[in-house]
Amino acid sequence: MTGTLDAVRAQHLLREMLRIRRFEEKCAELYSAGKIRGFLHLYIGEEAVAAGAMQALAADDAVVATYREHGHALARGIPAEALMAEMFGKQEGCSRGRGGSMHVFDAATRFYGGNAIVGGGLPIAVGLALADAYLGRQRVTACFFGDGATAEGEFHESMNLAALWRLPVLFLCENNLYAMGTRIERALSQTDLTAKARTYGMPAECVDGMDVLAVERAARQAADAVRGGGGPFFLECRTYRFRAHSMFDAELYRDKAEVEDWKKRDPIALLRTTLEAAAIVDEAAAARLDGEVQREIARAVEFADAGSWEPVEQLTRDVYTPAAEKAHGFAAS
Amino acid sequence: MASPPADRVTYREAVREAIREALLRDPRVFLMGEDVGRYGGAYAVSKGLLAEFGPERIRDTPLSESTFVGAGIGAALGGTRPIVEVMTVNFSLLALDQIVNNAATIRHMSGGGFSVPLVIRMATGAGRQLAAQHAHSLEGWFAHVPGLRIVTPATIEDARGMLWTALENPDPVLIFEHQALYNLEGELPAGAGAVDIDRAAVRRPGRDVTLVTYGGTLVKTLAAAETLAGENIHAEVIDLRTLRPLDMDTVLASVRKTRRVVVVDEGWRSGSLAGEILARIAESAFYDLDAPVRRVCSAEVPIPYPKHLEDAALPQPAAVVEAVRALVPAGAAA
Repeated sequence: MTGTLDAVRAQHLLREMLRIRRFEEKCAELYSAGKIRGFLHLYIGEEAVAAGAMQALAADDAVVATYREHGHALARGIPAEALMAEMFGKQEGCSRGRGGSMHVFDAATRFYGGNAIVGGGLPIAVGLALADAYLGRQRVTACFFGDGATAEGEFHESMNLAALWRLPVLFLCENNLYAMGTRIERALSQTDLTAKARTYGMPAECVDGMDVLAVERAARQAADAVRGGGGPFFLECRTYRFRAHSMFDAELYRDKAEVEDWKKRDPIALLRTTLEAAAIVDEAAAARLDGEVQREIARAVEFADAGSWEPVEQLTRDVYTPAAEKAHGFAAS
Repeated sequence: MASPPADRVTYREAVREAIREALLRDPRVFLMGEDVGRYGGAYAVSKGLLAEFGPERIRDTPLSESTFVGAGIGAALGGTRPIVEVMTVNFSLLALDQIVNNAATIRHMSGGGFSVPLVIRMATGAGRQLAAQHAHSLEGWFAHVPGLRIVTPATIEDARGMLWTALENPDPVLIFEHQALYNLEGELPAGAGAVDIDRAAVRRPGRDVTLVTYGGTLVKTLAAAETLAGENIHAEVIDLRTLRPLDMDTVLASVRKTRRVVVVDEGWRSGSLAGEILARIAESAFYDLDAPVRRVCSAEVPIPYPKHLEDAALPQPAAVVEAVRALVPAGAAA
């Protein structure tokens, strides 16, 4: 895969994966310290999917993600500061602290959640794509979801509707083999998710989700096909989470040996090996990069720490749109 | 009698005209739902619209309530103004996740970053012998949820006017059309258009008792008021029009005047919206009351198919009259 390796792009991918890794390691630490509360679902091990796939998107494309979405948010360009402040529940967060870890939203980057209902984001992605098709815009909506979501009725309904109406959705399935604690074979009669998607009459491919270069390549091809009017595309990324489902998970459902086996295919280590072999990155450069990323995360923590709590007097804001904003965006007669 | 005036229309025609107007006024508006196109709508509301506007704007969907409602949310987020028709409120339960967990919450979860300007229309209510999976009145459930706006057009004018107001609203609005009203005929004032969806309306002024109702039971409640008038009991009839947010000012002003209240609600009594309204009256106007509060709701039974049992399960004018008589002894009216 080094044949056409673009040094700048490859280093960018390494940086993006490192940003996600370091951000989340810090989150785990801050969770133990009581700074981050609620449910915290870490993406460690799966960074190649968000980092690789996001390269295929343009600024005006849309992203719909799950409750394990810090990686998607960072790779999409939501500043680490705003994301960390959201984790803390501070009003400087990208969702004003109202959403927390599971509900990251950001209008500037067209990031539509942060959906904590498994499969719940798929219909919304179909609708965002419908709006693009309806308004004649050449945009793509990228929809991330896990293997668990493919058991939900909404998965099947959304595949059907997107394919039926040939809507520009890039379905990005992060198959990490576990729906919370239930392994895929214990939950699905058909475990070949790519084959399942094909039955809806859309192109579907499977890629090694630990190989960020492969994910990026596949995602670009898929997004190009979608953008070109080919209708929806399903890309299955075979990946693995190295950590528990959430910070509350004692992880009794899988062997430590299995986890250790997968860690041998750590996406960050894999790319580093490739880049070192191609003499694009050496140890010193990698250490320098890591230092930069660590400083970015440290700044994000400082920002979040210095952030403020929303006054309780504002408790019921943002349930309905204030009257002053009501005229906004509506073409009245 | 002479032939009916030209502006005499059915509730169904009024809803259709409202949809037509919305489609004509704003190119971002489209209608989607099960059988809204070729079939013309399960209740024939959208009949003729496919021919006029084409399949891009009158979109037949698969039987996938959760996904086409969710797609409505996404399409609203994406800058269009979808009107989603869910055939009946009973089927909306398949879309409850999208309505409650997404439509109602996205504005809040996103810290005001995104609003969901979605309109969902659905038929509700009983009275046509459709049995227990096509006849329930669940709008009170949706009225429980912050982030949604729930409106219940009970008149021709509201059927004509509420849709446009709903479409102008940046937040999700659910419009509940009582299926027994579609054939209701009435006169539509010339130039009828958007109506206010913030305030309840006094549909009949009176001095002796306040009857609070909405949607499909307005007609029955007005019939009860007419009967009571024959007994010299003058009921004031309030049509809530909007179930969330509730306009309690109008209700309380009436209750303070009449000092007696009966709520008529086609929902089941336990956990009903009627219970909420009476609780608010008790909280705010207890000392203004001259008699205990009362309510007439549906019997605690899935709606049965046989007509006599369906009739017995639903609030009827006679039950309203009886409830009022218990509060206002004949001849003792204020």
